[in-house]
Amino acid sequence: MPKPTLAGQERYVAPIEETPLAAVDSIQVDEAPSSQWKEAWKQLRRNPMFLISAALLAVLAVVIAFPGLFTNADPRFCEVGRSLDPPSPGHPFGFNFQGCDVWSRTLYGARASVAVGVLTTLFVVVIGGITGAIAGFKGGWADAIISRISDIFFAIPLILAAIVSLSALTNAFPDRGFWGGIAAVVVTLAVFGWPQIARIMRGSVIEVKNLEFVDAARAIGAKDSRNLWRHIVPNAMSPVIVTATVSLGIFIVAEATLSFLGLGLPFTVVSWGNDIAEAQRLVRSGTRLGVMFVPAAALALTVLSFILLGDAVRDALDPKAKKR
Amino acid sequence: MSQQPLLEVRNLDVAFYADKKAIPAVEGANLTVYPGQTVAIVGESGSGKSTTAHAIIGLLPGTGRVTGGEILFDGKDIAHSSTKDFESLRGDQIGLVPQDPMSNLNPLWRVGTQIKESLVANDIAKGKDADRRVNGLLAEAGLNDVERRARQYPHEFSGGMRQRALIAMGLAARPKLLIADEPTSALDVTVQKQILDHLDGLTDELGTAVLLITHDLGLAAERADHIVVMYKGRVVESGPALEILKNPEHPYTQRLVSSAPSIASQRLSSVRARAEVREQAVQTAGEIAAQVATTQGEVGKGHDDIIVVENLTKVFMLPGDRPWRKTELRAVDDVSFRLRRGTTTAIVGESGSGKSTVARMVLGLLDRTGGTVHFDGYDTGQLKGKRLMALRRQMQPVFQNPYASLDPMYSIFKSIEEPLATHGIGSSAEREAKVRDLLEKVSLPGSIMRRYPNELSGGQRQRVAIARALALEPEVVVLDEAVSALDVLVQAQILELLNDLQAEMGLSYLFITHDLAVVRQIADNVLVMQDGKIVEAAGVGEVFDNPREGYTRRLLDAIPGRDLLASA
Amino acid sequence: MWWYAARRILQTIPVLLGSTLLIYALVFLRPGDPVRALFGDKPVSEATLAQLREQYNFDEPFLVQWLLFLKGAVTGDLGQSFTGRPVIDLVADAFPVTIKLALMALVFEAVFGIIAGTIAGLRKGKLFDSTMLVVSLLVIAVPIFVFGFVLQLIFGVKLEWFPATVGGDASFYNLLLPAIVLGLVSFAYVLRLTRTSVAGNLGADHVRTARAKGLPEGTVVRRHVLRNSLIPVVTFLGVDLGALMAGAIVTEGIFNIPGVGNLAYQAVIRGETPTIVSVVTIMVLVYVIAALLVDLLYAFLDPRIRYA
Repeated sequence: MPKPTLAGQERYVAPIEETPLAAVDSIQVDEAPSSQWKEAWKQLRRNPMFLISAALLAVLAVVIAFPGLFTNADPRFCEVGRSLDPPSPGHPFGFNFQGCDVWSRTLYGARASVAVGVLTTLFVVVIGGITGAIAGFKGGWADAIISRISDIFFAIPLILAAIVSLSALTNAFPDRGFWGGIAAVVVTLAVFGWPQIARIMRGSVIEVKNLEFVDAARAIGAKDSRNLWRHIVPNAMSPVIVTATVSLGIFIVAEATLSFLGLGLPFTVVSWGNDIAEAQRLVRSGTRLGVMFVPAAALALTVLSFILLGDAVRDALDPKAKKR
Repeated sequence: MSQQPLLEVRNLDVAFYADKKAIPAVEGANLTVYPGQTVAIVGESGSGKSTTAHAIIGLLPGTGRVTGGEILFDGKDIAHSSTKDFESLRGDQIGLVPQDPMSNLNPLWRVGTQIKESLVANDIAKGKDADRRVNGLLAEAGLNDVERRARQYPHEFSGGMRQRALIAMGLAARPKLLIADEPTSALDVTVQKQILDHLDGLTDELGTAVLLITHDLGLAAERADHIVVMYKGRVVESGPALEILKNPEHPYTQRLVSSAPSIASQRLSSVRARAEVREQAVQTAGEIAAQVATTQGEVGKGHDDIIVVENLTKVFMLPGDRPWRKTELRAVDDVSFRLRRGTTTAIVGESGSGKSTVARMVLGLLDRTGGTVHFDGYDTGQLKGKRLMALRRQMQPVFQNPYASLDPMYSIFKSIEEPLATHGIGSSAEREAKVRDLLEKVSLPGSIMRRYPNELSGGQRQRVAIARALALEPEVVVLDEAVSALDVLVQAQILELLNDLQAEMGLSYLFITHDLAVVRQIADNVLVMQDGKIVEAAGVGEVFDNPREGYTRRLLDAIPGRDLLASA
Repeated sequence: MWWYAARRILQTIPVLLGSTLLIYALVFLRPGDPVRALFGDKPVSEATLAQLREQYNFDEPFLVQWLLFLKGAVTGDLGQSFTGRPVIDLVADAFPVTIKLALMALVFEAVFGIIAGTIAGLRKGKLFDSTMLVVSLLVIAVPIFVFGFVLQLIFGVKLEWFPATVGGDASFYNLLLPAIVLGLVSFAYVLRLTRTSVAGNLGADHVRTARAKGLPEGTVVRRHVLRNSLIPVVTFLGVDLGALMAGAIVTEGIFNIPGVGNLAYQAVIRGETPTIVSVVTIMVLVYVIAALLVDLLYAFLDPRIRYA
C-alpha cells in the first residue's frame, strides 16, 4: 500500500553533471610508482622532528669525519699548568682538570661514543633479529628454548651485568687500546641487550607469518627459508628499526654511565663518557661546570637526535598515522 | 504519523583537515527522517554515508568538521552544538548502534555495567533499579539468562550476542532517533537476519525512528521506508524504497541495482549467462584433459573429476581447562565431494563451519587428520619432492583479504613473477612478457608492473592476486572468500572476470564463501557446510529453488531483499 | 587462572638458575687470583692462600662452585665476604635501604609519569604536551649521573634543602632527592608510554560508543580511556623495579648510600664472587617476582586474561 509522500521525502534525482560516474575501480596512471618505503620517506621529509634530527646527525657525521675542521687544539695535549684555565682564544671552553682543551676533546670524543652506539646496535639487531625471527617462525620447542634463554639475559639488569662482565674483561685485557676498549663495551652491551630486539622481532614475525601472502607463497611452492627471509622478515622489520634507532641513543648513554663507574672505555680513549666522568669531581665543588657540561651537552644532543629520529620513523611507518 | 520531521539534514558539508587543507567528505547532503520512520543511507565505502551519520550525533572522528549546512533535530540546529549540548542529546534523544561488535564494547567492563552507564548518565535509573532495568533491556534485545549475561565480560559473548548488547545499549535511554551504522555487516547472515528482525520489531514497538547506514541495497530496501543513495560524498538519488529499487533513475543507482548480488542472483539473465560459461569451460577443460591423458604427464591422468575428496577430516587439539587436558575440535568432519573439470563448486557456510579448513587442506597448506584428496587420479598425500611441486603448480589459491594477500614490499611485477621464478620458468625476458600477458588477462594495464600494492585499490589487488594464481597455468583455482571484502560494484566486476577466465582457460574453481547470494552468479554445484559437516550438496538451481535442508532454507531466507522483486 | 599462575612460576626456575650460572661464568672467566689480590703486596704464605681458596671453594671447578653456592643459598648460607662477614648479613643490612629507595623512585615515576602522561595524551599537540615531550626526551638523553650531580649541587649544596649525601641515615626525607634522581629516566618512559596509550585509546571504537551513550566527557575519560590505557603502564612499572635496583648502583654512589648497589659495585671491583653472585641473584629474584606479580595483576585488570 503506497504511503503518502511526506515533505522533504519526495523523489529526488541529482543532476548527472554533479557527480559524474567514474569507471568502477579505475587506475590512476599519472602518478609515479611508489613503494611503502617511498611513502614513508615522503612523510618523513615533511616532519620537522625528522628534519631537526637529520640535520644534527649530519653535523655529527662531519665532526666524526673531520674533527680538525672545528679546532686546532690536540685533544691529547695536556699540561697540568693549564689545569682548569678559563676560555682563551682557540680554546672556547677552556681546559679541564688535567689541562686538556675541553672543546677539542669533545669534538674528538664523538668517535668513540658513536662507535659504541652504532656497533652495539648493529650486533643487537643481527643477534636479536635472527633469534627472534626463528623463534617466531618455528614456534614450538625452538621458540620455548630461545624465549627462555632470552629471559635469562633479560632478567639480569643491564648495568649490573655490564659491570660484572666489563670488570672481567678489564682484568683480562688491561691494555686494550681504542678498538679493544670499544670492542669490550660493545660485546658486553650486545650480549645483554639482544633479548629486547629478539622479543620485538618474534612478535612481529608471528603477526606477519599469518598474513595471506605468506600462504600464497607457500602454495606456489616457495621453501620455508625463502618465505621467512624474503617475505616475512622484511615486512616484520619496521618495529625493529624504530626500537633500534632509539636503542642506539640509549647505548651511548650506557657507555657514559659505565665510564662514570670506571668500567667503560679505557682512560686513554678520548670519549664523552670519560670526560664527563672525569669532570664529576669538579661538580661537587661547584666550580667550572662547563668542563662537564660541554661533553654532556654533546652527548645529550646526539642521543636526542637518535630518539627523535626513531619517533619520526615510527610515525612514518605506523599505518594508523597514515590515515587522514 | 506526525507531520513534523524529527531530523532534517540540509545542504550538509563535512570536511576532514590534513595539513590545513580541507578534504571534503560530504557535500550538500539532504535527508529527512520523520518520527517512527526507518530511513536508509546506501553507499559504498568512501561514499560519505558513515560520515553523515557521525555528524548527526556529533562524533566525527579526528579532524572532521561540519563546514556548512544545518542539521535540524526536533526543529533545532545542532550542526555546531557544543560538546555539552551533544552530551545531553546523546543517549536519550539520539542513540547509536555501531558497526563492529568486536571493538565497540570496552573489554574491561562487564556488559551489564556498560549498559547501566547509559541509564545513569541519562538520569533514568540508579543503583538496584538500574540493574533491574539492565536485565530487562538485555531480555528485550533477545538475550537469555540475562542476570548471568549482565555479569559477563564482552569476550565471553559471541559476535551476535555483542551486537544484541550494543542494541540494548543504543535503546537503553529510549532515544527518539537510533542511528544504526552497518549494525550487522560483521555477522553471519542468519544471525544478521535475526538481529535485524528483532531491531525492527523493537523500534516499531517503541516508535523509534531509525537511520540505517548500509552498503547493501537489498537490505536497505527490505528494511527502510525511504532510501537515500550516496556516491562520492553527495546524495545522488532518494525516494521511497521500492520505487528506487524497481525504477532507479540515476545511472549510479542503476549500476548499484544491477550489481547487488542479493538482487542480481534472482534474475534469470545471470543464470543463463552462467550456463554459457560452464558449457564453454567444460569443453575447453575437456580438450586439456585429453591432452594430459595422451602425454602421460607427471601429474594428472585426464580424469573427468579433477579433484576427488573422500572422508576428509580435521581435528584440532585445543588447550583445555587443565594443562594436560586437551579438547578436540572437529573442524572438518568426514567431508567428501568431487570437482568436475571446467566447473565451479561452491562451499557455503557461516563462520566456524570448516569451509576454509577444507580449502587449506585441499591446497596442502594444512595437514589433514584423515581422508584423502585425489588430484586428477593421484593421491596428493603420496606425492613427494618434484611431483609435489608439480602438483602445487596445478592448484593455486586466491585469498579473501585484498590488503594482506600481496607482499607489500614486492612490486606488482615481482609478485606475479615470483611463482615463475620459483619454478625456474623461462628467461627473465620471457617472464616479463608472461607477466604483461597475465595482467592483460585480468584487465590491468601493463604500466602498473612497477607499482606497489599500497597504490592499488582492493579490487585491483584481487586482480593481481588472480594473475599471480594463473601464472603457473593451474587447472584448479581455490577462491577462499576471494570477493567477500569488496564493494558490490567491484565484486560484480571480479565475478565477471572469473567467469570469463573460466570459459577461456577451462579452469575449475573451488569457491569458498559465506555469501549464498553470489553463488548463483558463479557456481554450478553447491555444498552447504555446518559445524564441519556437509548438510546439503546439489546443483545450484536445485539449492536455490528447491532446498531440502532446513539450514539451507534459513540461509536463503537470510539473503536480504530476496523476495522484494519476486513479489512486487 | 591458577594453572596460568603455576605455569608462570615454573617458568621462573630456569631463569633463576640460568642467570646465576651466567654470572658465575663471568666472574670465573676473570683472570688473576682474587685471594692473592686480597693481600695486595703483603707477603702471605701459600698455606694461608690454600686455606682461603678452600674456604671460598675457589679450588673447585666452576660448575661445582655454582652448585655449592646453590646448595648454600637454599639453606640461607650465601658464603662469606673477603672481610670475613657472612654475605647474608651484608645483604640484610644493605637490601632494605635499596628497596626503600627503589620503591620511592617507583612511586615518584608512577604518580608523576601517569598524571603528566595522561594530560599530555588528552591534549596531544598542545603546549603542555610539547613541553612534556621535550622534558622527557632531555631526561632520557642526559646520563643520569649528570642529573644526579646537578641536582645534588643545586638542592644539596647550594640551597641546602636536602642533605647532599645520605650516609648511614637512610630516612625517607634523606632518600627523597636520590629517589627522584633514580626514578627520573623511568618517569620519562612512563610519561611517553601513558601519553601514547591515552592518545591511542581516545580514538578507540568503544570510546565513541561510550560517548554515544551520552556519558559526560569526564566519565568517558576516567572509565573508558584511563583504565584501558594503564594496563601497559602497569606492566612497565612492574618490570622496572628490577631496573631501578640496578640503577641504584649509580645513585647510591653519588649520594653515598650504603645500599645493595654500593655493595655490588665494591664486590665487583674486588672480584668477591660470593657477594657478586648473591646480589645478582637477589636482583634477579626481585625482577622475577615483580614480573610475576605484574602478570597476575594484569590478569586481574584484564578479564580477557583472567579466564584464558
